[in-house]
Amino acid sequence: MDDIFGIPAPLLFGQLLLGLINGAFYAMMSLGLAVIFGLLNIINFTHGAQFMMGAFAAWMLLEWAGLNYWWALILVPIIIGFTGVVMERLMISRLYKLDHLYGLLLTFGLGLIIEGVFRNQFGSSGLPYRIPAELQGAWDLGFMFLPIYRGWVVIAALILCLTTWLLIEKTRLGAYLRAATENAPLVQAFGVNVPRMVTLTYGFGVALAAIGGVLAAPIYSVNPQMGTNLIIVVFAVVVIGGMGSILGSIITGFGLGIVEGLTKVFYPEASATVIFVIMAIVLLARPAGLFGRA
Amino acid sequence: MADSTTITANAIPAPAEEAHGIWGFSRAQFGALGVMLVFLAIAPFVLYPVFLMKLLCFALFACAFNLLIGYVGLLSFGHAAYFGMGGYLAGHAAKVWGATPELAIIIGGATAAALGAVAGWVAIRRQGIYFAMITLALAQMIYFVCVQAPFTGGEDGIQAIPRGSLLGVVSLDRDMAMYWLVAGIFILGFLMIHRIIHSPYGMVLKSIRENEPRATSLGYRTDDYKLLAFILSAGLAGVAGATKSLVFGIATLTDVHWSMSGEVVLMTLVGGLGTVFGPVIGAAVIVTMQNYLAELGAWVTVIQGVIFVICVLAFRRGIVGEIGNWLKVKL
Repeated sequence: MDDIFGIPAPLLFGQLLLGLINGAFYAMMSLGLAVIFGLLNIINFTHGAQFMMGAFAAWMLLEWAGLNYWWALILVPIIIGFTGVVMERLMISRLYKLDHLYGLLLTFGLGLIIEGVFRNQFGSSGLPYRIPAELQGAWDLGFMFLPIYRGWVVIAALILCLTTWLLIEKTRLGAYLRAATENAPLVQAFGVNVPRMVTLTYGFGVALAAIGGVLAAPIYSVNPQMGTNLIIVVFAVVVIGGMGSILGSIITGFGLGIVEGLTKVFYPEASATVIFVIMAIVLLARPAGLFGRA
Repeated sequence: MADSTTITANAIPAPAEEAHGIWGFSRAQFGALGVMLVFLAIAPFVLYPVFLMKLLCFALFACAFNLLIGYVGLLSFGHAAYFGMGGYLAGHAAKVWGATPELAIIIGGATAAALGAVAGWVAIRRQGIYFAMITLALAQMIYFVCVQAPFTGGEDGIQAIPRGSLLGVVSLDRDMAMYWLVAGIFILGFLMIHRIIHSPYGMVLKSIRENEPRATSLGYRTDDYKLLAFILSAGLAGVAGATKSLVFGIATLTDVHWSMSGEVVLMTLVGGLGTVFGPVIGAAVIVTMQNYLAELGAWVTVIQGVIFVICVLAFRRGIVGEIGNWLKVKL
């Protein structure tokens, strides 16, 4: 039972866990993109930068204000979500009547600004963020050691994703949101303040990215490029899953993370490109994406 | 796109205006072309030729990109892949295979076109925002391949690429000799794009941009038209990249990176999407800016981001679009 398909079991499970963690971030990020796209009809290119801001905000809270990880988990999404709200009000809201591509270009520009400012301030080498004391150490599962923090990231991401899904599918607020996605003017005619809902939705999507950043801070080093490298893969994930379904983007995110982890074991040369290859295959077979509507 | 404000709404040509003119250029455009040619002839005696060559390579790159966004309405966010791959292949051909410069450039352009054929075949299955995301993701895949593939030299890139002798006769080691070749390639590419846009084929492209379902209902196989446009655009971007690698004697990962894709979008946006001369002016502005602000390091990224935001929010016609609007001509 030491080898599975000729691969040592600890290596296989280790990579599976790494894949699951990457998948957790793919799922959270693509969920945020899907929620924003559903209502605003823009692809939020700033999402990666906002993920990075989340990680940096956690680092700043710890280093400058002495507030620990748990405070960061609560405060960072509020702070970064608020910056998102300001951005939506000041800039993004001016573009709703234009071609959607302008939204992509604007958020790309905003991402460049944020990344550039952070690179000037903090350099590009990366800052360490310690794993909180409560989550240090590892569990011995018998077949492998599971670092507690990594297990926590997967569980926290799952909880966040499922909460978001419940919020959108099962609550009254979510029903308004889904209705506005289908037909915003009609929902507005019923007396719902749609522009405010749009703003808050953007803030919520941004907050999701920011929490992702806080969760990622102790795993990856906190550096200005961490978001951009992620967001391009997440775009591929979104194309594969299709943005029509919340649950679809969660499943696709985790699933692709696992596939990527397995590729690292069986054919490491392709691990950086496997998701893009899958994207091409899915586009050829099912252009609308696995869970998308044509 | 039901909205009347499509991304190139400012550039919708009046058909009657286009029917006249010389080689499909309107009178104003012909004047601007004359100014550009005179500038190209005088500039190397006044300005640093290597800087001008860099500018012309990026101008051709931006014009190739504009062929897609301006006339088919497709935003490719991965054009660096074709630009960079053209550079790699030309560099490899010139250095390892000992190809003459014109052959190296043709090899670079052909490789980029072939790559564009495959990527385009995948990407044209979706429109709009999805198209942008797919082209970006495919370009990132090509980037990772370039990081790993042995022939690209990884982080070092391909260095010391010889300029060689044109047709094996004229040595290009002098900057002035190289400049005339680059200027010639640029003008050829520029005129070729102009010819494409003003051909019956180009008219179909514009109709796809305005209303694809309608073009389909008129019996055009829009996918074939879009794919050919993508291949042409990728091929010309490859020629631009190939030329650049010969000019500087180096081909690196910078040219395949997504930030290069962003830069060409910025150049075209600044100059004016869907204008004939916009990409050239935009490339000149951005390359000049990078030249003077190089010592500012990461602030260049910030400044580029700010220009993006300003252009999208307040300046969507771009420089040439605004001038054309002011003079009431189409440039």
